Amino acid sequence: MAIRERMSGNEAIATAMKQIHPDVFAAFPITPSTEIPQYFSSYVANGEVDSGLVLVESEHSAMSVCIGSQSAGARTMTATSSCGLALMWEMLYVAASNRLPITMALVNRALSGPININADHSDSMGARDSGWLQIYSENNQEAYDNFIQAVRIAEHPEVQLPAMVCQDGFITSHAIENIELIETEKVRAFVGDYEPAASLLNAAEPIAIGPYDTVNYYMEHKRQQAEAVKNATVVLLQVAVEFEKMTGRKYGLFESYQLEDAEAAIVIINSAAGTAKATIDAMRAAGKKVGLLKIRVFRPFPMNEIRQALENVGAIAVMDRSEGFSAAGGPVFAEVRSALYASEKRPHLINYIYGLGGRDVTTGHFEEIFETLLKIEEDKQSGEVYRYLGVRE
Amino acid sequence: MKTKSGIEINEQIRWKDISPGGTVFSAGSAHHFKTGDWRTMKPVWNPETCKQCLLCVPVCPDTSIPVTSKARQDFDFDHCKGCGICFKVCPFKAIDFVKENK
Repeated sequence: MAIRERMSGNEAIATAMKQIHPDVFAAFPITPSTEIPQYFSSYVANGEVDSGLVLVESEHSAMSVCIGSQSAGARTMTATSSCGLALMWEMLYVAASNRLPITMALVNRALSGPININADHSDSMGARDSGWLQIYSENNQEAYDNFIQAVRIAEHPEVQLPAMVCQDGFITSHAIENIELIETEKVRAFVGDYEPAASLLNAAEPIAIGPYDTVNYYMEHKRQQAEAVKNATVVLLQVAVEFEKMTGRKYGLFESYQLEDAEAAIVIINSAAGTAKATIDAMRAAGKKVGLLKIRVFRPFPMNEIRQALENVGAIAVMDRSEGFSAAGGPVFAEVRSALYASEKRPHLINYIYGLGGRDVTTGHFEEIFETLLKIEEDKQSGEVYRYLGVRE
Repeated sequence: MKTKSGIEINEQIRWKDISPGGTVFSAGSAHHFKTGDWRTMKPVWNPETCKQCLLCVPVCPDTSIPVTSKARQDFDFDHCKGCGICFKVCPFKAIDFVKENK
């Protein structure tokens, strides 16, 4: 029987980590993910886990420890946010290109400056091209479920890539909500043991990890790495099927909500999807055909699947909780619009930058957006494509 | 140098066959990388003056002073980068340090 509990997103992630029981956990605390290493330290202190806990002096070192540890053949985890992820930057690429399936809990927070500690996706969006898999979570339940699945996906022999499981700072990380936990023995059986293809501590097979790659080899390695990211799409879905068998909870590359016959839809990531769904329920009750596509997996980007899901919608607003400073819209918008380019139908598409630095987004905002989209659908005119939501004009 | 499945890593290897992450599955592969042409200065060993004290051997950063039967041999010029540490450390001035003329 599943365990009914109530806990914050941070505790949910820490609980998943405790249940998975990694060999090594290395981290440096940063708001709003600080509680994750804090919880994990207490599990170690209380003897609930015998994982190696490495508390370092910076996030660059945290990721470096993870790389060394995972190379040695140890299942390794970390947690961070915002500038902590930024300080890991150099090492994120090393982890991915050395094909080390480290798992990270990322609690999304705005990047400085101006300094701000609240929810926004500028941290993970900045790392979108680092070669890490990115799985996003609407609430504590999804953060917990995604983290358990991420270990399996990352370590799969056809993938061998690090994965970050993202949730919104404070909104998800600190809000206490109901959750259904899985029994620890089931979690352990689900993730199994980490069996690396090769590891530094295997004396029977001496290896060199991360050697200098000359011009004659580097491109072959990048091509191979790109293939691994592609493979992750298939593996993600296989793992989701197994996870559903265990829990009854269904996961895909994204979630479609009232999208089938929608005339207007929004594309969104993380916690604000909950607010948008409440708006959709109210507007559907009033006979408005509105829906939502919530991206769960941003890396790999489900290009074809998103095109198929959205191409019959008349007007779409893509929501970006980070500013990409391209002067032409946010990163989610750029990729969703790119996905729809291959469609004959090509819906009207606009972009909203919203919720930066924790700015509230309400059902009123979403209603406004849907009304705008329904008008666009009626007029067949997109108007300004690159828009801001909830900023004082 | 080989991949885990035993495929030779050379400039013909395809992306499908190359080791993930560039992992090398054989020890001592640095030997294949010739660094001798980096030299601008060159150590010259004088066997007549050399007392075979072997102080030069452990300080060489490139393991370029081969030892057989407890006696050092001439430099491995395929790998010696000409750093001059051996020349500095030799107590008997049995190593000269001259301009590389290649």
